[in-house]
Amino acid sequence: MENYMKLEFPSKSQNEAFARAAVGVFVAQLDPTLEELSDIKTAVSEAVTNSIVHGYANAKGSVELICRLSGREVTVTVIDTGKGIPNIELAMQPLYSGTDDEDRSGMGFTVMESFMDTLEVESEVGRGTSVTMTKRIGTTIYV
Amino acid sequence: MKLRMESIGTTLVVKPDGELDQSCATELRTDIDREIIRTHTKNLILDLGNVTFMDSSGIGMIIGRYKQIQARGGKTMIIRPQPQVDKVLELSGLKKIVECG
Repeated sequence: MENYMKLEFPSKSQNEAFARAAVGVFVAQLDPTLEELSDIKTAVSEAVTNSIVHGYANAKGSVELICRLSGREVTVTVIDTGKGIPNIELAMQPLYSGTDDEDRSGMGFTVMESFMDTLEVESEVGRGTSVTMTKRIGTTIYV
Repeated sequence: MKLRMESIGTTLVVKPDGELDQSCATELRTDIDREIIRTHTKNLILDLGNVTFMDSSGIGMIIGRYKQIQARGGKTMIIRPQPQVDKVLELSGLKKIVECG
């Protein structure tokens, strides 16, 4: 299977649900298990929320989402042109949050890392952030 | 996201309905906090049976309420999480500090 789709939407929090639902429907072509589908949708939700809350700090901006299917592998890329991450290593630590809102869990990257097979983060301060994650569908072997 | 709340004695039962993400976490937090103060809540039960999706924004919201209830000398309990919600709860380590049934 070779396929891809591309979305662009404004950094409104209502679009978090739209983004994960759209990816979920697109990935359904690979006939994933319910758990694989939930894992991908949760990871997408985290990446898009990061762009909206941290990248644009709830200001106006545009989020780009690309989803590619290649064989049994799903690749999701979420790109923003927001403020960028000064220290990626620190940002990716569990419980670290880039805002001082006490109700942010600091678990976003941890969720992406755990629920997907690979996670790559590229960022430049003042230019934006790009998050790419992949997951192989059907790695669970049924005997 | 819809929210139902019921106060039984000093226990507040909170029942959100729908998908719990950043778009509704703030509103949910404000509503629950207001009710905690209004009804002099000591213990909090979060019934997640009707939550069809939750990400780490939900975890942040729950930790915030857990801290408040703890400061009031009460207990927080999470009941009926669905598989996707349960997996996020498990990963966050929240199940080690909050009673989960």
